[in-house]
This record gives sequence, C-alpha cells and structure tokens, in this order.
Amino acid sequence: MSETILKTEAIHTFIGQHHILQGVSFEARADAVTVLIGRNGAGKSSTLKTVMGLLPASEGKIIFKGKEIQSRKPYDIARLGIGFVPENMGIFADLTVEENMQVAMLREDAATAERLESVLEMFTALRDFWRAKAGILSGGQKQMLAIARAIINDTALLLIDEPTKGLAPIIINALIDAINQIKQHSVVVLVEQNFYMASSVGDYFFILDDGKVVHSGAMAELVQDEEMQSKYLGISKSV
Amino acid sequence: MAQTILKQWGSKLAIAGAIVLYLLPLLGMDFSTYMTLTIAGLAMGMMLFLVASGLSIIFGLMDVINFAHGVCFAYGAYVAFSVFKYLNAWVTADSVFLNFGIFFIAIVAAFIVVAVVGMVVERVLVRRVYGSHLFQILITFGGMVVLTELIRIIWGPNDEVMPKPVSFAGNWNIFDIIILKYPIYAIALGLIVYAVIQLILKKTKVGKIVRAGVENPEMVQAMGHNIFLIFTGVFAVGAGLAAVGGLTMAIFNLQVYPDMGGAYLIFAFIIVIIGGLGSVTGSLVGALIVGLSYNYVAYLLPSLAVGVNILIMVIILLIKPTGLFAAGK
Repeated sequence: MSETILKTEAIHTFIGQHHILQGVSFEARADAVTVLIGRNGAGKSSTLKTVMGLLPASEGKIIFKGKEIQSRKPYDIARLGIGFVPENMGIFADLTVEENMQVAMLREDAATAERLESVLEMFTALRDFWRAKAGILSGGQKQMLAIARAIINDTALLLIDEPTKGLAPIIINALIDAINQIKQHSVVVLVEQNFYMASSVGDYFFILDDGKVVHSGAMAELVQDEEMQSKYLGISKSV
Repeated sequence: MAQTILKQWGSKLAIAGAIVLYLLPLLGMDFSTYMTLTIAGLAMGMMLFLVASGLSIIFGLMDVINFAHGVCFAYGAYVAFSVFKYLNAWVTADSVFLNFGIFFIAIVAAFIVVAVVGMVVERVLVRRVYGSHLFQILITFGGMVVLTELIRIIWGPNDEVMPKPVSFAGNWNIFDIIILKYPIYAIALGLIVYAVIQLILKKTKVGKIVRAGVENPEMVQAMGHNIFLIFTGVFAVGAGLAAVGGLTMAIFNLQVYPDMGGAYLIFAFIIVIIGGLGSVTGSLVGALIVGLSYNYVAYLLPSLAVGVNILIMVIILLIKPTGLFAAGK
C-alpha cells in the first residue's frame, strides 16, 4: 500500500451555529486520486475548506506529510504544497489570464517557468486568451484556469471541489484527461457529485453523509455496488 | 433594440451627457469665471482623490468601513504644518528649488508618519472587527475621536494658519483668464499619484495580489499569500495617501484645524460610492465629479453645494448600484 500524504482524524467544523462536519476521518494516498462523494449538504466542500484552513476545525487533527496543520493559516497551508480549486473556481475576473497565473506563482524561477509551459500545453485555450480578462472565459476555460493556478507551484496535494459543475460533457472528458495527467505528479483529492467523473479518475472513495464518512473503499468496488450508489448518491439503476 | 443601443453606446452617451452638464454653468457666468472655477474644481477633485483612493481600496479589499480615515487627512496636514514651521526659511525663501524641496519633504514626512499611524490603527483596532460592519463603524469612529483629541494635545486646539511656499502663491494670466498656480500644482500631483498607483497595481506582483484580493481575498489566501500582511500594507498606504491629500488641502485653504478630517470624510465616502468600491480610476472620476460640481454650485447656489453631490450619488446609485467602476467581486 502506498504512503498516506493527507489524513484527517475526526475533524469537527462549525459554520456559525451549524455543526457541519461531525468527526470526518479520511486519508489520501500518494499516487492516487481520492474522491469525496455524497449528496448536497453532506459536508464535502466543507471538508476541503477545513483542510485548507479556510474553515477552522474545532476538534480533530489534519496531518499533511506527517505534520499537524489544523491550526495553521490558509496561506501557510498553501505554502506547504497544497493547491486548492474551490467550487466557484475563485477566478479573478478583472485580472487577465496571465495575471491570474502570476498571482498564483509563489516563485518565479526556472522550475515554475517549466511547469507553466506544461500547464499551457495541457490547457491550450489559456494560451489563446493569455492577455484577455479572465471574466470573459467560458465555464470550462475558467475551470482550466482554476486548476492551472493550483498546480503552477510545486504542488504535492491538489484539492478540487466539483470541477464538473455546470460543464458540458465534452469539457468533462477534457477535465478527466487533465486530472489523469496531474495525478502523475500530485496527489489529488476530488469532491465530485458527477459519478461518471468520480469513477473515471478516482482510485479510492469516501462517502459523506450528514457530516460523517459513512463508507470508504476502492472506487472499483463502488462502481460494482449499485445498492450503495442508490442509497448514498441517489443514482438509480439504469432501465 | 433600445437595450442593444444602450449597451453599445451607453458609456459614450454618459460621457457626452456629463460634458454637456458641466458646460451648463457657462449660462450663468462669464468664461473667465468658469475657467477659474473649473481649475479650482479639478484641484479640489485631485485632493479629494488622494483621500478617497485609499478609502476605496481599504473598503474594496478589506471590506472595512473606516471612519478613522478622515483623521489621517488631518494628521497629514499637521505633520506638514510642523515641517513648514521647522524649515520655515525654505517656505519663505524666494527660490523655486527650496519651495518645491520643502513641499516634497512635507509629502514624504506626512506619508511616512501617517502610514505608521494607519498601521497601528489597523493592528490595534480594525483587525479585531473584520467581518462586522457595525463594530467597524463603532470602533473606527471611536478611533477618530481619540486621534482628533490627540491632535489638540500635540498641536493645540486652535485653528492655525498654514504657510504657503512663496512660489506656490500668485497666478498666471493666460488670455485674460486668471489661473492660480497652486491648484495647477495640486492637479499635477494628483495625476502623478494616480499614475504611480496604477503602475503599482498593474505592473507589480504585490499590486496584482491587491487587485486579486479586492475580488476574492479568501482565494488569495488559499494561493499562499498572507492577506493580513497585505491588509496592513494597504491600510498604511491608504492612510499615507489621505495624509498627502490633507497637506495639499491645508495649503490650498491656508489653514489647519483639528476637526478638518471629519469635514472631508463625507466627500470621500460620496466619491467611493460614486466611483465603485476598490477602483482607483473610479475614485479619480468620482473625485473630479464631486470637485467640479461643488465649485460650480457653490458659486451659483452656495447653499446647495454639498447637497448636489449627494444628489449625484443617488442618481448614479439608481442607474448603477455598484458605482461607476466597481471591481468585479
């Protein structure tokens, strides 16, 4: 079994009075894509935000590469090598594509320049709109930019929140290809409701329900288990 | 059809309408008076721009309503007053070099001192109330009162006469139009500051991070940038710019007084709302609208001078609730 790069141990998170995460434990293994799945409001996005430090964990531990990070600030966590793509993509619409990438770069050295070249090869549309304001990009192009920003540094772990939301099937296939490429270099934790996407790229899954992990295992098992898909993901048997 | 025309020509129609509107005062005065008022209006606009640009970026980036911003304006004026008093020989010397030298020294001193004051205000007061507008209003209003009283303790409670460097007095007569020298210098200073701010925001990494932060501060943090350090820096620069506005206004009005910050804060808020939160260009345009309107109306209908700016703000808010140039949140 490969090494665990990220581990959460019984994390609890509140948003105002609401107890959103009620002891979420999961782990992400190196050389694998881990998918957090579940219905709306299950706590998937809050889990990623808590790992990133954007929501404070009131209890529990978050361990990244052997170090506890639950009390660190988001900018410290990002500098440890964790990239984050939020659900709304977090694009800076008034900045150009180039400026969006520059803001994301923590260093401007030869290694970053090399990574930029490979990112632009992966997402060629970004090169075409390099000097354009990011606000004019299509939904798929914005998602590409969001992912490109998150992997421009030496990213050991990439957290992506629902990248397929609102995208056309052809774009989803392009994203699947991209994530399969990214996983060669970085560990990926993906929050996804689109089971086609989740099963196409995921190696392991954790199902969240009401702020808790209720099932986990290898993605191949979940693909076979139609009862679990129906119970927790609302996917009905094909007729 | 009408919507398409409005979309394509809306901004051009608005500019044309504004030009016509600002030529209207010519019906009630001669051309020479109109030009004098226009230059005074542009100068006032530029001085107000210095106050409002910092307030706008602080508001846009940090979502902080800062009532203590006006007091930075007053501190800038008082620091310059002290510098002028200390180096009075440079102020009264019949030398353009020494006069501009003391003006430059006063700008640098006021900017640095007030930037440090701004940094302390952010660290001690504002940082505790991020996210709560009500507490921000209360605590920064309290800060404004305390800092204004501190002016009375340090410099005394009375109004003081602000000296004007010798070369800044007088005027030029161009085709029988009397053009005062100092407003022209103030306009030039405002334009230089605008150009420098734009250069920093558009060409430097930190400027791009600030612009990104105005749109989405959470995402900027998630990219590894210490947003609190950026907040402190922006607060300090915003305070420093208000200080420069304060000293230029004090030289223009030839006086400093402890409550002068509050008097101009209302204009700064009107400008920020007209221009749009977080936009430096919006602050410039808003400040010029306010400066020109104030001067024309103060000449024609003095009692409506402030009211007309509030009316313009209401009209712009009705047409474009985010202000003229709001940064894309």
